[in-house]
Amino acid sequence: MDLGPNAVFVWAAYGAVAVVLAILLLWLIADGVRQQRKLDRLDAEGVRRRSARPPTAPGEGRE
Amino acid sequence: MQTVTQRLANPTRFMQLSGALLPLLWALAALLLAAGLTLAATAPPDYQHGHTVKIMFVHVPSAWIAMMAYALVAASSFGLLVFRHPVADVSAKAAAPIGAAFTLLALVTGSLWGKPGWGTYWVWDARLTSVLILFFLYLGLIALRSSIEDAALAGRLTAVLALMGVIMLPIIKYSVEWWSTLHQPSTGFGSTVDPSLRRPLLVMAAALTALFFAMHMKAMRNEILRRRVKSLMLTEVERASSRPRRQPAE
Repeated sequence: MDLGPNAVFVWAAYGAVAVVLAILLLWLIADGVRQQRKLDRLDAEGVRRRSARPPTAPGEGRE
Repeated sequence: MQTVTQRLANPTRFMQLSGALLPLLWALAALLLAAGLTLAATAPPDYQHGHTVKIMFVHVPSAWIAMMAYALVAASSFGLLVFRHPVADVSAKAAAPIGAAFTLLALVTGSLWGKPGWGTYWVWDARLTSVLILFFLYLGLIALRSSIEDAALAGRLTAVLALMGVIMLPIIKYSVEWWSTLHQPSTGFGSTVDPSLRRPLLVMAAALTALFFAMHMKAMRNEILRRRVKSLMLTEVERASSRPRRQPAE
């Protein structure tokens, strides 16, 4: 593709957009994976939100 | 009867809805981006700017999204302060870094267009300076939130600053009319740009807007997960500290 004498400016602009958006996307994906792993670890340890806990039978859990 | 925003204010419902919507939004953004880049690559050179006009296809949408993202941060902040929607604060927090990234792109691509067009990367004219202030405002919002340990207080204070910063939006929009600037007047949808150049511009604007909303939704989902992790860990710590301790054997 011949972009003329100012091609370097065009490529630099599209390169900057590609790099910044790629960093943003990778950060978002990595952050999502990190949070999900933490939740899974807590879940494996039995630490769950009330809505995610299995229903308890009557009398269960009382001392 | 609940309004749409009231229904979405429930984080669990938001996670269900966004889980179904997000793949579609990613796919839409990818398709539009492929179409936009193809149109941009095949667009004819401008009679004045030559091929550097192709920078317009990423610069103008980045600038639009920088302002739209700030309007979203401000609207979400309003939702937090007035209606106390729990998801509004999540939305404001999620939009700030993405808005900052698009503002940075508007500044960088603008500079790269300015050098061959104006002969300089930067001038302190009203449009460029006001967009630079918007970028610092985004950084200020991010810094303020992360500097306060109490998340609820951080959210409220950041929301107040975000609402004060709304004044920047009309200043940026009308800076090219109010002051004598080197920057050209706004490139609107109904502008006189030739259709061969306007079409790639509009498709790229749609693509980057779809990408912005996909990234915003993903960032909101991440933030909701982060808050769930924090809440579960706090509950667990409280539960552990309230358990009766066994007396040491005498």
